[in-house]
Amino acid sequence: MSYFHAFWVGGLICALVQILLDRTKLMPGRVMVLLVCSGAILSAAGLYRPLVEFAGAGASVPLLGFGHLLWEGIRKAIDESGFIGLFMGGFTSSAVGISAALIFSYLASLMFKPKMKG
Amino acid sequence: MADIQTQKKQKEYEKYVKKVTPVHSLPLNMARAFLVGGLICVLGQWIMNVCQNMGMDRQMAGAWTSGTLILLSVLLTGLNIYPKLAKFGGAGTLVPITGFANSVAASAIEFQKEGQVMGIGCKIFTIAGPVILFGIISSWILGVGYWLLKMVGVV
Amino acid sequence: MCVAEQAVGRQSIQFQNPVSIISGAAIVGKKEGEGPLGEAFDMVGDDPMFGTNSWEEAESTLQKETAGLAIAKAGLQKWQIRMIYAGDLLAQSVASSFGIADYQIPVYGLYGACSTMGEALSLGAMAVAGGYAQYVLSITSSHFGSAEKEFRFPLSYGNQRPLSATWTVTGSGACVLGRSGGQAQIAGLTTGKIVDYGLKDSMNMGACMAPAACDTIYQNFMDFNRMPEDYDQIVTGDLGKIGQNILWDLLLEKGYDIRKCHTDCGLEIYDGEKQDTHAGGSGCGCAASVFVSYVLPKIRSGEWKRVLFVPTGALLSKVTFNEGKSVPGIAHGVIVEQKEEGGKS
Repeated sequence: MSYFHAFWVGGLICALVQILLDRTKLMPGRVMVLLVCSGAILSAAGLYRPLVEFAGAGASVPLLGFGHLLWEGIRKAIDESGFIGLFMGGFTSSAVGISAALIFSYLASLMFKPKMKG
Repeated sequence: MADIQTQKKQKEYEKYVKKVTPVHSLPLNMARAFLVGGLICVLGQWIMNVCQNMGMDRQMAGAWTSGTLILLSVLLTGLNIYPKLAKFGGAGTLVPITGFANSVAASAIEFQKEGQVMGIGCKIFTIAGPVILFGIISSWILGVGYWLLKMVGVV
Repeated sequence: MCVAEQAVGRQSIQFQNPVSIISGAAIVGKKEGEGPLGEAFDMVGDDPMFGTNSWEEAESTLQKETAGLAIAKAGLQKWQIRMIYAGDLLAQSVASSFGIADYQIPVYGLYGACSTMGEALSLGAMAVAGGYAQYVLSITSSHFGSAEKEFRFPLSYGNQRPLSATWTVTGSGACVLGRSGGQAQIAGLTTGKIVDYGLKDSMNMGACMAPAACDTIYQNFMDFNRMPEDYDQIVTGDLGKIGQNILWDLLLEKGYDIRKCHTDCGLEIYDGEKQDTHAGGSGCGCAASVFVSYVLPKIRSGEWKRVLFVPTGALLSKVTFNEGKSVPGIAHGVIVEQKEEGGKS
């Protein structure tokens, strides 16, 4: 069952974002920013946690989940360390995602050459 | 500054151009995005389930899931497969964390010719930088609100 | 030599002694080679890097080879070329600078976005007609890789292109102009104005440039007192499918119907259906290579006796785009005719 919910929730988020891509002039970069920010807001409003409980990877794999992760990290850090936690939580919770992307991409730049499109 | 007359003309031209410019079929593109995005999430769920079966807690499993998906996306980017997938899947490949990884890897690979520091170093963030910046900023602003509410004892 | 007044109308020149197009050469990339004009190009490079290390170097090599080929086809030595008019799409026109530096021929570097071939042919023809040079070379180039990297996204970034987007041609086209020789000649010019209808969509260049093409073509009709029927063909640069339709509409509004005698280089170079290029081809190399390998042969064979060649350009930069500015267009008209006596070559 977890696969089914992951599939349709994740797919639905993507399908809705497709409307933004096709019917507005928003470039992909802006859409990604929009998703992360909305994820953080939804999460702070307490709406995203239930979605993650329900859909698992269907909610955590989309970039909305990245925003959710950032918020959860900040909240936890504030609870534990007070004010200074505001400056700790974000990067702590997103550390794996950002580090993995940077490290693997750097290695890829050593291994692969630029290629022509299609 | 364009006067009102010109502005009106420009508006009219914009409207006319919009009318004569064909666009992709939205339902078809949405269906593709749904399929591809859904499948990437299913793959993520599978990795997560495997990790949890190995006894990891949710947070650890989530970290392993992101890391693995990112590695996969970077490899597919280097092999020039991810762009083809994206051409078909549209938002289905942009929205998942793999889209973020693709934007980092594509920039790194493309700008290697311009050197380690000014090339890869700077340009690796061309597309992904804003995502990290505004992710951190928005969660920080929300955090400030939360901290203040905590101070006055609301939460 | 007494120089007669050669300026006609408001924006045009009618040469007293038309300038000969002695030779033309075009080298393109693999995708262009697979297109409908594939056989017509002088050379098709299978390696998108053209044996170099980067997209920019590849474009420079492309331009260098094309220049050499055009000079050789004209039966000239490089020292006989008095000057080169060259341009490309990259910032500071580096593809041209690095490409033709080795030739040690005096150079004017040009920028007119995708209209640059019109600019290069115009200025080259003026130099020859004015008696400032016996032979000049006009050349432009573009490369999908270097253009995509500079103006859009890294090549392995995954995105969907809207249907209005065009595909930057990997290719270069060059012409040697002179006082005599060849079977085609430049009889006149209409220099374009910058025309801005306020459109901001850089993914719909055709619509941004069509008003400029319309303006130049209309002005050409006025200045020379001609009708569309006076041309066997009007060939615009890289408006693509959408731009073409808009141009037709705009000219119809002014009372001219060019639908029967109009084509666009961007539509000729690719098979839009099979090659998935959407609205058509674009880039400096598009108009240049199609002019050399499609328009010139038809003039030589006599199928077309008089052509109005109108390369179109979108004058935006990444900075102006990010700052929310519109995309102004420009188009230069070059009247190319078959030589009456057939000419010696």
